[in-house]
Amino acid sequence: MSCVAANSAVLIILKGRSNQEAMKKLTDLEYLKLNKFQALLYNLKRFFCAIPGWFLNLFLAIGRFFVRCGVAVKDEFVDIGTTFIKGNWAVKTSFLVFGFGNLFYGQIARGLLFLLFEIVFFGYMFVPSGGIYWLSKGHWFQNGATVGSVQGSFQYDAIYDTDIWIPGDDSVKVMLYGLLTIIFIIAFVYTWRLQVKQCRICMDITAQGRRIKSGKDDLKSLVDDQFHKTLLALPVIGILLFTVLPIIYMILVAFTSYDAAHDGYSNLFSWVGLQNFNELTDFGNGGLGLAFGEILSWTLMWSLFATFTNYFLGMFVAIMINKKGIKFKKFWRTALVMTIAIPQFVSLLYVSKLFDSSGIIGETLGAIPFIKNYLNANHYISLWDSPAVARTLVIVLNIWVGIPYVMLQATGILMNIPADLYESSRVDGASPFQQYVKITLPYMLFVTGPALLTSFVANLNNFNVIYLLSSGNPINTQIGSAGGVSVGHTDLLITWLYKIALGSGESKYYTASVIGILIFLVCAVLSLIIYNVIPSTKNEEDYQ
Amino acid sequence: MKNKTIKKSSLGARASRRISNTIIYIILTVITLVWLFPFFGIVMESFKVNVTGMDGELFPGQWGFGNYTRLFNETDFLKWFLNTALMGVATAFFQTLFVLSMSYALSRLRFKARKPLMNLMLILGMFPGFLTMILIYKVFSEAGLTMQMAPVGLVIVYCASSGMGYYISKGFFDTIPKTLDEAARVDGATRMQVFYKIIMPLSGSIIIYTILMGFMAPWGDFMLASYIIHENSQGMSVAVGMYEWLSKTMVNSNYTMFCAAGVVVAIPVTAVFLGLQKYYVEGVTGGAVKG
Repeated sequence: MSCVAANSAVLIILKGRSNQEAMKKLTDLEYLKLNKFQALLYNLKRFFCAIPGWFLNLFLAIGRFFVRCGVAVKDEFVDIGTTFIKGNWAVKTSFLVFGFGNLFYGQIARGLLFLLFEIVFFGYMFVPSGGIYWLSKGHWFQNGATVGSVQGSFQYDAIYDTDIWIPGDDSVKVMLYGLLTIIFIIAFVYTWRLQVKQCRICMDITAQGRRIKSGKDDLKSLVDDQFHKTLLALPVIGILLFTVLPIIYMILVAFTSYDAAHDGYSNLFSWVGLQNFNELTDFGNGGLGLAFGEILSWTLMWSLFATFTNYFLGMFVAIMINKKGIKFKKFWRTALVMTIAIPQFVSLLYVSKLFDSSGIIGETLGAIPFIKNYLNANHYISLWDSPAVARTLVIVLNIWVGIPYVMLQATGILMNIPADLYESSRVDGASPFQQYVKITLPYMLFVTGPALLTSFVANLNNFNVIYLLSSGNPINTQIGSAGGVSVGHTDLLITWLYKIALGSGESKYYTASVIGILIFLVCAVLSLIIYNVIPSTKNEEDYQ
Repeated sequence: MKNKTIKKSSLGARASRRISNTIIYIILTVITLVWLFPFFGIVMESFKVNVTGMDGELFPGQWGFGNYTRLFNETDFLKWFLNTALMGVATAFFQTLFVLSMSYALSRLRFKARKPLMNLMLILGMFPGFLTMILIYKVFSEAGLTMQMAPVGLVIVYCASSGMGYYISKGFFDTIPKTLDEAARVDGATRMQVFYKIIMPLSGSIIIYTILMGFMAPWGDFMLASYIIHENSQGMSVAVGMYEWLSKTMVNSNYTMFCAAGVVVAIPVTAVFLGLQKYYVEGVTGGAVKG
């Protein structure tokens, strides 16, 4: 009985904690009085009743965010105003000359750095082909205008007696440098605010008669109070340059006509507004909307199957290996872990060939009359040519890839389940299956819930498995080509994106960007739901 | 009487346990065979002589090392292998540096930008990473970091944003009691001293895990590598180079050689991995519990 109580307690935590009070919540005692069916119904009802609550919360959170931003901006301006009014002449000068206040109060190193920053900034902005030049060339967001103003062209050259290429602007460069300039301006404003604030703090400290931090103190604090700055400097710069900047750039590209024909160098590309997004509403044959709908539904389906087959089978294998009395535990585990060790492209490419018409398994299966008839009737050469079979195959073969990971994760958790739960349930006469459903599964779900759902999102972008096994084939003849490439039945959004950016000569980067943004939206919406449902992702400090 | 029934039931339990264990052994054996079959198949395939394509046979008709000699004499495989190995070492080094400093700072230090930074990385993580390649490729090709210099470019790509993969090691640092830091701080240690004198010596397993992940990354990556390399044979990694061999036009002349190359690649990587398996398991399980 104790285990049943513990089990229902876990269930209540699972279903109950995060939900809103949209439906009257029963007390634990009332809940335990319900029979099994009523309890299930109750939990389901509460789950669905909570959905509007999440959206409400989401909108409220967004609203709160903007209100908080507004308040912060207002506070900032008020603070700047009072600083200017109350500040002495050194503070006032530092509104124009960076670091003047720091120099005035003896912080030589900081002051010089600020001053240097200001000089570099104005130098960069106003030299020929500096910041202003790049910004003015961009024609930012003017519908129909080109990015960059001078188109390169072939012109007759008398010396060589032939047409030679006179390079014009490169749209890619114009956009990139423009973007960098904007970031530089933001950094400038931030630094300006920072040094004004510091100057005022210096003034206050001097007024109170305390000592001001020297350059030496600054250096010392970098290994102590400000140690996070030392640690984070490189990783954060890396992320800014190699993730944030390219992503902002690609979001901009979604509003242009950047593709292989308009690569910015031989042909300038131009701003097209929302045209690329409008293509998504084209549900005609070969339209982006149709292809996107098809691929998205398969992507979600794939992710669902891939995650849950792996999860349950992997857990099952882990339970078998960990069962008391089973010997050679380490051997079984190592055999499975081999799949993780060997690079995926070797094993997956080989396995994909195994199922080909002339591969060992493909040939054997193809000889079975039932399958042979099916293939012949549809003029398929190999198993990979049939949409239904190919889809099944990638899901089944993904089990081969995924079970070892889940097995390892599950092993660690299974060992943590209190043994007395099993002990007492056995005394009460529970069968192994009942133990699994009542103890193991709820416990596992509770602990690995977040990991399970993150792996769902990760599977949406599982490029390797799909691309190496089927390359997205067989081709979906109903859609034909969308985004400049032919769309396959097993293509995920991410492989489609890859094909668009890399393949087929057209390289419609703008379509790729639009799809990238949509993948982001899908992931974001799913994650938001996940983080609202799962209680154990909140309160990270609880773990410490 | 009572004694007897207990004995009887326990005997029955033992028998049923034996049956269920036998069933489990059978299932596990089948699973192991299925899981190891492809590796066995690859090894067999690689020893085939006189056959270069797929012949639908498991065992070689004639045994020999022809594929291996061809691999090293007639192709750029050795170059690819060295490229990938060097990339693995470099990535392991820099990635560990980045990931550890990021996760340590987020786990054990408290500063104003901490939560916003974590949220930012969460959001960035939802964009497909491949999207960034379009700009990065353009910039790298101007800087000469693509084609034969692709390994350098790829190491930069693998490492630069690797701070975003801080989750597992942060989860590890979270489990080390904070009282350790506080005691050291009371004794006058700076935060940096706490980092490298107290926490790092305790974190051997997670450091090895991070190194292992960094080393494995270039061996498994196909998507980013194929884009940066742009079909230049001198700069290829094994994944990109060997993928070509199985294309429709080349599979008939290169299939068995692909398998031989697969064996050559798999041996060192598997050896490293199985040797450090313990740390990998610790990392994975830790990550699962934390979510």
